[in-house]
Amino acid sequence: MSYYESKDVRKFGKISDWQKTLGDKFFSWYGEVFKSSALSAKEKSIIALAVSHAVQCPYCIDAYTEDALKKGYTEEQMMEAVHVAGAIRGGATMVHGVQMMNKAQKLSM
Amino acid sequence: MTVKQFKYSTFKDPQSQLKWLNKGMFASEEKTFNENLKDLKKYPLKPDQLEIFQVNIGYQCNQTCSHCHVDAGPHRTEMMTKEVMGMCVDVIRNNNFKTVDITGGAPEMHKLFRWFVEQISDLVDEIIVRSNLTIIESNKKYHDLPYFFKSHNIRVVSSLPYFEKKRTDSQRGEGVFSNSIKALKRLNQVGYGKSDSDLILDLVYNPSGAFLPDNQENLEVSFKRNLLTNFNIEFNSLLAITNLPISRFLDFLIESDNYEDYMYKLSDSFNPAAINGLMCKNTLSVDWQGYMYDCDFNQMLKLRTADKGDSHISNFNANQLADRTIVTNQHCFGCTAGEGSSCQGVVV
Repeated sequence: MSYYESKDVRKFGKISDWQKTLGDKFFSWYGEVFKSSALSAKEKSIIALAVSHAVQCPYCIDAYTEDALKKGYTEEQMMEAVHVAGAIRGGATMVHGVQMMNKAQKLSM
Repeated sequence: MTVKQFKYSTFKDPQSQLKWLNKGMFASEEKTFNENLKDLKKYPLKPDQLEIFQVNIGYQCNQTCSHCHVDAGPHRTEMMTKEVMGMCVDVIRNNNFKTVDITGGAPEMHKLFRWFVEQISDLVDEIIVRSNLTIIESNKKYHDLPYFFKSHNIRVVSSLPYFEKKRTDSQRGEGVFSNSIKALKRLNQVGYGKSDSDLILDLVYNPSGAFLPDNQENLEVSFKRNLLTNFNIEFNSLLAITNLPISRFLDFLIESDNYEDYMYKLSDSFNPAAINGLMCKNTLSVDWQGYMYDCDFNQMLKLRTADKGDSHISNFNANQLADRTIVTNQHCFGCTAGEGSSCQGVVV
C-alpha cells in the first residue's frame, strides 16, 4: 500500500464528515470555480492540469489528466501546459538568483 | 489501408462477460444497476411505445476498432439472410415504427444492403445508416454510396472519435482518419451536412479510452470548428456516446487495469434523470438471425427480449413486447452515467 492510493480520491467528499459546514462550503465553491464563466470550463481544465503539476498533487494530476482528455485536449497541448508549470517553477527558482546576488553584493567588500 | 489492430475479443462467451460484470465490487459493497432502479421504484424497467427498429444486418466490417462492442471485423461471416430481411420488412410495414436504424459491422458490405433499403424506403419517416465512413473509400464499388444515401434521403450517422489523426487512428486503425476525411468530403459534395441542405450527416463521438464523454454541446463546438477550419468539412450534430464495458472495450479495461476505476466512474455518475430517456424504452434491436433484444448491447450479450414468445422476429407480437420487462445488468450503467448515453447521443 502506498501513501497515495488512487482509490482514495473517491473518499474526497468525506472530509465534510468531520467538519460539515466548512466542507460543504468548500465543495460548493469548488464546483462553482470550474463552471464556465469569464473563462470556459475547458480553459479552466488546462489551467488546473498545469497547477496540479506545479503543486504535485497526485490526485489532481489523475483527475485533470482525465478531464483534459474528456474536454478534447491533445497530448501535445497537455504537455505544453506541464511545461508552463515547469517554467514557472524553474523561473521562480532562477529569479531568486537576484536575491542571492543582492545579498552577496551587500555582504561583500 | 492497413489495420493497426486486428484482435477480436478474448470473451468468446457472453456469459463470461456477464460473470465479470457481476463479480468484484458489485458482488460486495457497490449497488448493482437493478438495485439502483429498485431504490427509485423503477424496477423492473418497462418499455414505452416502440418507435425505432434497429437492425444489425451483419458483423462483417472493413475495420477492427479497439473499442467495438460488436467485435466486428473483416473475418466475421454472420450476415442476415434475405428471408430474415423479408421478415423485418413485414414487421416494419405492419407496425408504426418511425425510424429504421441499420447497423453492423459495416452494413454497406452486405450484398443485400441496397435491396433492403429499397424495400423499407417508403415505410417509415426516417432511415438511419450507421456508416463507418472508410467503407466509402475502401473500394470503387462503394464510392457512389453518398448518392445512394441521398436517393433515399437516408440520415447518415458516422463514427469519428476525434478531429485529428493520432487519437482517431489509435482507436480505429492506421489510416482511418485520412480516409474518414475523404469520405466526409464526398458526403459534403452531395449535400450531406451542409447548412443549405436537408440531408443529415451526424457524427458519433466516443472517448478514446477509459473516460466518460464531456458535455456533448461543447464537444460539438470543438469538432465543428476544427473540421471546418482544417478540412472545410461540415456536419449537423455530434452524438456523444459512452463506451459500454462489454466485448473489446471490456478486454481493454481489464488488460489496462482500468476496469474497476471505470465501473466506479459509471456507477458514481449514475443519473436517475437519464432513465426515462433510455433507448431501450423505445427501441427494438434485431440481430442477423432475426432474434430480438432491448438494445444493441444486449444483443452482443445475447440477452434476448423477455417477452412471452421465442424472441424471434418471425413471431413478432407488439402486445407481448409492450408488456415485457427490459433486461438490465451492470453494463446499463454506461447509458445512465452523467448526461446519459444512447445511439442518439445524450438523453438528459
